[in-house]
Amino acid sequence: MGSDDGYNFVFKVVLIGESGVGKSNLLSRFTKNEFSHDSRTTIGVEFSTRTVQLSGFTIKAQIWDTAGLERYRAITSAYYRGAVGALLVYDITKHLTYESVERWLKELYEHADPHIVVMLVGNKTDLESERSVPTDEAKEFAANKGLFFLETSALDSTNVEAAFNIVLAEIHRKVSSKEVIRGSIGAVSLNSSRAESTEENKPCCRNI
Amino acid sequence: MSSDGNKRQFWKRNAAKVPGSIQHVYGAQHPPFDPLLHANLIKAGNKPPPATPGKPKKATTFQEFESTTSDAWDVGDDDDELLAMAAQNLNIEVVMETANKVIENHSRQQERQRQDDTTELEQREEEEVAEDEEEDEEDEEDRVEEGDMTSPEVSLASQSSPYTDGRLVKSHSEAPIGSPKDVAGEPAALHRQRSLPHRPPLIPLVARMADQNTSGTLAMTEREASRLDKFRQLLAGPNTDLEELRKLSWSGIPRQVRPITWKLLSGYLPANAERRESVLQRKRQEYFGFIQQYYDSRNDEHHQDTYRQIHIDIPRTNPLIPLFQQASVQEIFERILFIWAIRHPASGYVQGINDLVTPFFVVFVFEYIEEEVENFDVSSLQEEALRNIEADSFWCMSKLLDGIQDNYTFAQPGIQRKVKVLEELVSRIDESVHRHMQHYEVEYLQFAFRWMNNLLMRELPLRCTIRLWDTYQAEPEGFSHFHLYVCAAFLVRWRKEILEEKDFQGLMILLQNLPTMHWGNEEVSVLLAEAYRLKFAFADAPNHYKR
Repeated sequence: MGSDDGYNFVFKVVLIGESGVGKSNLLSRFTKNEFSHDSRTTIGVEFSTRTVQLSGFTIKAQIWDTAGLERYRAITSAYYRGAVGALLVYDITKHLTYESVERWLKELYEHADPHIVVMLVGNKTDLESERSVPTDEAKEFAANKGLFFLETSALDSTNVEAAFNIVLAEIHRKVSSKEVIRGSIGAVSLNSSRAESTEENKPCCRNI
Repeated sequence: MSSDGNKRQFWKRNAAKVPGSIQHVYGAQHPPFDPLLHANLIKAGNKPPPATPGKPKKATTFQEFESTTSDAWDVGDDDDELLAMAAQNLNIEVVMETANKVIENHSRQQERQRQDDTTELEQREEEEVAEDEEEDEEDEEDRVEEGDMTSPEVSLASQSSPYTDGRLVKSHSEAPIGSPKDVAGEPAALHRQRSLPHRPPLIPLVARMADQNTSGTLAMTEREASRLDKFRQLLAGPNTDLEELRKLSWSGIPRQVRPITWKLLSGYLPANAERRESVLQRKRQEYFGFIQQYYDSRNDEHHQDTYRQIHIDIPRTNPLIPLFQQASVQEIFERILFIWAIRHPASGYVQGINDLVTPFFVVFVFEYIEEEVENFDVSSLQEEALRNIEADSFWCMSKLLDGIQDNYTFAQPGIQRKVKVLEELVSRIDESVHRHMQHYEVEYLQFAFRWMNNLLMRELPLRCTIRLWDTYQAEPEGFSHFHLYVCAAFLVRWRKEILEEKDFQGLMILLQNLPTMHWGNEEVSVLLAEAYRLKFAFADAPNHYKR
């Protein structure tokens, strides 16, 4: 696999949240359209990509899936650097995972770009009968904190595309509207016709 | 632990201009230089191994020490010290010779194998990619089962010598999404995924077939039989010569004697045969004492989080192997990990440690069965046997972790340090690869963290890990020290694929998904031989890694 036939942007997005909420399967569902009951615990950081089309631009989403466990924080904090989007995931059937969200937000803002686009994601809607986090409560919390919000199921694909696409679109909007200085958001925009040759020579994001 | 000053000493290059050039290393603990052997090796066209006129080591005194000590194995004994002493006379020349033979053998086999490999490989790759092709999968599995007699993963030893591999596994990340086939197949795929917690492994994942069947047949070759004999002889005596056992074990341990050999090498079993039964009894009782004392506290407030984490990790530990889906096995793992965690509060339980129980458990189960272990139903074992397996696994795993505990303490300093050392190693042994990674801003931590945290268990099939651990336990501080060289050899082994990737994304995806699924004994042997060469080239005394 080599580099793609030209893309205009690379956006680094991180998946964060407690252990076991479904981050890895959200990632595999979005980037490979796969879900596996056989997935193993994420160690350190795992990485995948997918290219999407947004408003005529080709956007490469560079997605980092992190281990949820506390122990890894010292290592994983490095991975926030340069991230322009984040999906903060909890499990709708485990209220504890929702209670940690504030802590994750705090950590996120401590390490990542201040303009980072964040979506709160309540995963595992396929297990509706075991729900322990009311939709409205989470929705309100997200609104208060200025976060996007969606409930998803990596297992049956509900809202997975939407979640990522919304985040990517919002990042793109911010970059295009120059709401941020291009350098600070870490993305590089290239003339589409020259995308390929230029990309070959320069890594365009700071990748730590 | 190691300051920069120590690091300088660590890289004893003796003014070698080129990494890998081998010079005499004084002060290293090697057997005396043997001119005869030296001449043979030169004739074979290989670099002579460095050897110093070493002082005769205290091998005999170690044995004496062993037999007079009232308890050879106590948590708190400085076993590492003893082991290091015992390992000093590891016969370097013999190992080098073996290593070279392995590499030659391997290269020779390539041409023979390549024809057969290609078609089979293509079929297997298709399998990996096309999850929807249920029918094909079943056919393939039938073929595999029939083909089991001929050790399929060995005949698929398609990896050529480390520097000329031509096979690339297709990356999945750019697979077309939303294609009509996927959409149509989705409901079926989902249905299958919901109802089936696992699918049978494509090829046997555990070590049984990989051990002695490099010839690809079930019957042992003469060489294999003679090796097994040597082991049996060593193990039969009243006092096992641990040095000799290490030397033999370095090149792999025959399946039949692996359980006891591992227990001896780790220091769990005393060398003195008479004392073994009583030591075993005592240790096993001690472990079950811990269970009685501590296990009920797992739902207490201060232990809840630990237990909860372990509890959700166990089902995700070996999801593809039926053996580990059995409730009793999962409970065993939970107990082992929970007890270990609360007895080691400096680190507690860290994800990755769960993987480390597996090889011990599997190897010790071997002792009781003849057939394949993966699908084995443990309820057919006697309760006492299972209890013994559990206790033995706990202690041996503890022993392993003792040597690498700073991998798991807060901020994981051990891992951070090792990754840095790995980077330095690679920068010296393969500048192109190193520069390539730098150019695309790939940080070693981003892929090698897992290599250290899980001792390469996530990058290799279980059968390879088991073979690897034969050597790790034969080496002094194999899990912390030799492992570094193995990682370096492992990385550089993929230099062709690495250099072909021309962007950050490609490199990361490659490095996190290295195509080792079909690896077996052969590939591991080559890897170990390369690691050994590296260790030689950058030889140092094991003392540098003592805490």
